[in-house]
Amino acid sequence: MASRAARKRDEDSVTEVGEGTDEWAQSKATVRPPDQLELTDAELKEEFTRILTANNPHAPQNIVRYSFKEGTYKLIGFVNQLAVHYSQVGNLIPKDSDEGRRQHYRNELVAGSQESAKVVVSEPDLLEEEEGPKEAEAETGSQTDVPAAEAAEKVTEEELITPKQPKEQKLTNQFNFSERASQTFNNPLRDRECQMEPPPRTNFSATANQWEIYDAYVEELEKQEKTKEKEKTKTPVAKKMGKMAMRKTTFLESQSDDITKVTQAAKIIERMVNQNTYDDIAQDFKYYEDAADEYRDQEGTLLPLWKFQNDKAKRLAVTALCWNPKYKDLFAVGHGSYDFMKQSRGMLLLYSMKNPSFPEYIFSSDSGIMCLDMHVDHPYLVVVGHYDGNVAIYNLKKPHFQPAFRSSAKSGKHTDPVWQVKWQKDDMDNNLNFFSVSSDGRIVSWTLVKSELVHTDVIKLKVEGSTMEGLDGLQLHTVGCGTAFDFHKEIDYMFLVGTEEGKIYKCSKSYSSQFLDTYDAHNMAVDAVSWNPYHTKVFMSCSSDWTVKIWDHTIKTPMFIYDLNSAVGDVAWAPYSSTVFAAVTTDGKTHIFDLSINKYEAICNQPVVAKKKNKITHVQFNPIHPIIIVGDDRGHVTCLKLSPNLRKMPKEKKGQEVQKGPAVEIAKLDKLLNLDSSQPASQPRRSPEAPAHTEGTLWKPWQACVSLCIQAMYLRVPPSVGLSPAQVCLFVSYSVSPFAFPDVCLCLCIPPCLLAVSVCVPISECLSIFCVSLSPSLSLCISLHQSLCLTPCLWVYGSLLFLPVFLHGCVSLCPCGRLSLPSPWGLCRCLRLFCVSLCVCLAARRLCLCVGLSLYLRLWVSGSQSPCLWG
Amino acid sequence: MAEVEETLKRIQSHKGVIGTMVVNAEGIPIRTTLDNSTTVQYAGLLHQLTMKAKSTVRDIDPQNDLTFLRIRSKKHEIMVAPDKEYLLIVIQNPCE
Repeated sequence: MASRAARKRDEDSVTEVGEGTDEWAQSKATVRPPDQLELTDAELKEEFTRILTANNPHAPQNIVRYSFKEGTYKLIGFVNQLAVHYSQVGNLIPKDSDEGRRQHYRNELVAGSQESAKVVVSEPDLLEEEEGPKEAEAETGSQTDVPAAEAAEKVTEEELITPKQPKEQKLTNQFNFSERASQTFNNPLRDRECQMEPPPRTNFSATANQWEIYDAYVEELEKQEKTKEKEKTKTPVAKKMGKMAMRKTTFLESQSDDITKVTQAAKIIERMVNQNTYDDIAQDFKYYEDAADEYRDQEGTLLPLWKFQNDKAKRLAVTALCWNPKYKDLFAVGHGSYDFMKQSRGMLLLYSMKNPSFPEYIFSSDSGIMCLDMHVDHPYLVVVGHYDGNVAIYNLKKPHFQPAFRSSAKSGKHTDPVWQVKWQKDDMDNNLNFFSVSSDGRIVSWTLVKSELVHTDVIKLKVEGSTMEGLDGLQLHTVGCGTAFDFHKEIDYMFLVGTEEGKIYKCSKSYSSQFLDTYDAHNMAVDAVSWNPYHTKVFMSCSSDWTVKIWDHTIKTPMFIYDLNSAVGDVAWAPYSSTVFAAVTTDGKTHIFDLSINKYEAICNQPVVAKKKNKITHVQFNPIHPIIIVGDDRGHVTCLKLSPNLRKMPKEKKGQEVQKGPAVEIAKLDKLLNLDSSQPASQPRRSPEAPAHTEGTLWKPWQACVSLCIQAMYLRVPPSVGLSPAQVCLFVSYSVSPFAFPDVCLCLCIPPCLLAVSVCVPISECLSIFCVSLSPSLSLCISLHQSLCLTPCLWVYGSLLFLPVFLHGCVSLCPCGRLSLPSPWGLCRCLRLFCVSLCVCLAARRLCLCVGLSLYLRLWVSGSQSPCLWG
Repeated sequence: MAEVEETLKRIQSHKGVIGTMVVNAEGIPIRTTLDNSTTVQYAGLLHQLTMKAKSTVRDIDPQNDLTFLRIRSKKHEIMVAPDKEYLLIVIQNPCE
């Protein structure tokens, strides 16, 4: 510390401060901030020189410019070092510049006036100043005023003089501003308006739909067509007339709010209302199929649908029915009376199934209608035949109540009721043509020539063999009365006529005197004759003698005969099958037959009309729907639906397609006919209560029959030992049973009794050959059926001989494996059969007479009902 | 003329029919068997419905046209048959 002090004394003058600082530094501890740099002494002593230059430290030293000449960036060495600290734009302009000179000139102008003003001002100022001091000298005030005034006058004079040189600028100020304006007179204004009646307005709105566009096009098309027609047809005169007529019609139309335009809609509504009321019937008609038919074997039923009746036709009987060929729901009903005594008026009504409560068309006539027919090509033409012998044609298109055309006494009407009419094809001149048959024996062809009915007698029916010698050698023929006829479907000229005597004549249109053929058909009048719609050879006839007969026109005797226990009013073939037909009887029953299912009895047998006294008169099948209409003598028409069993089509065989079409039907009927053709029925089958001798008929589970057998035997050896094999015996047996036909059997036993021949004569189907072998208790029989097929049957003959009684039982076995009986039921019925017969033998010498009662018991084999192959 | 009258009479007297009316193209009833207020109501509403139905049918196929319209409700059935200029309406109670 002393040394330091010493040093400090040495460097007193210089280091006073330093010493002080040293002392100060020593006295106080050095405070270092924590982040101070730690430097070494060397570094501390390092000297840094600072040079002051005139360079701008902020000027950039690395400015680079692109040199196009060299194509590179080059550093510019020289940089502006000028630093501007402060700049201000001033408003001094040099005197010599243009702007300066202008301003100077302007100022001079102003200064000129101002100078004078200044002068004036300055002078009064001066004067005032002078006054001031002069005021002190007040006495001379007035004097100075006068010179002041004089000076002022001078000044004003000077003022007046000097402004003449520069123009005074008048300055407007907002306080002294005055404006002047003037207004002209305004013309008085007046409004004048004029309003017209507004044009009539209507609101128009329309939609542009698909159908509106379509309608517009259609209208346009019609207009074009009309104009085309007008151009073609009308002459100028006619045009005028046409226009007049047009005007009239339009006038009329617009006049009345006519209710007749609602006809179409009213008709539709009526049908809808009816459909609602008879809804269940309509549903039945369309959809109901009787399910019970599956369990009913082959029988079917008729379901009643609608009943058509009209008050006006209440007491008249239905005499004719006909379906319209074009509209399948429309049918015509003719009303009249069959009663000879009670003849009154007649009616023709046309009903549609869509409206069961009211007919579509009603026509009435004076005389009862007996028959009618509708034309196939012109379904609006209906021809009717009357009781008084007239014929008439009604045109349904024209709403007259009178027939369009009518025959009269002049034009050759019949003298007796017309029983049937039928349309024919148009003749060569395209005239309408129809035939009529009547009890007066004439068959007349009527032609509509230029709206007149012209008649031609085609045939006069004569009863053969009844020519009588009359007066003057005239030959009188008894005229046969025709009651029904039908034309052949394919052979145009051929037709059948049924008569009151029960005969059917086959006639030709070309031969007027000769019949092609005659059939002795019935015992009473023939009510209807009808060709089969499919098979060209078959026709059917019915009569009041209770029978329906089916014929082949090449054969004189009928193929099938049916006895229906009551007078048959009408028969009709079904349009869908060649083997189905319907027959109606006066006891109110409808019978439907199907020959392919059951040849001998009806598959449906149903009373259709409510009251027993009601007789059914006609029946017709609908061409497409499975319904029939039935008319009765009270004027009611009932519509019935056929159940499925009644309209069976041939079954499909596996692997074969179902063939459809008329060919199949024809073949079906052919097959049936061929089976029977060799065995014509000459006696009618009994009424269907008793099971008949048929194929495929339904048998009751068991049947018994008792047959009486009478045998006569001639024995070589007296019958002490009974029938021994080594005998020749001759059997003649005649057996009668309720089922079988009388059977005569001849049997010859020849030793060594290996062969016995038995011959069965007529009716019975079998021609048997016995072969007796082994023992007397066993005999082998071979039966030969008429159709020449051999079926061996084994007869097991067991006999107990208690002379004079012996019992024998026999059971026969058919090769199909089932048991059968050779006779009397014919061949192979495939039944279990027991036969027990009791035979009383009376033997005398070599003759033995046996009377035996045999009980044949047949038991049906359950389950199997199909016929045996051998049958 | 008489035929249409007869037909309408028959419809009216048919089983279950409550009323019939004939309405023209503008929806104004011409003939009716019901009272006025009901008729006017039915006419107006059914006219519109029929137009709509007709338009629908024709839009789908312009060559087709509406034949009739049936509205089955719980209580009865309304049947409408449109014509060129008229509308025939029948209300029926289908008998059960």
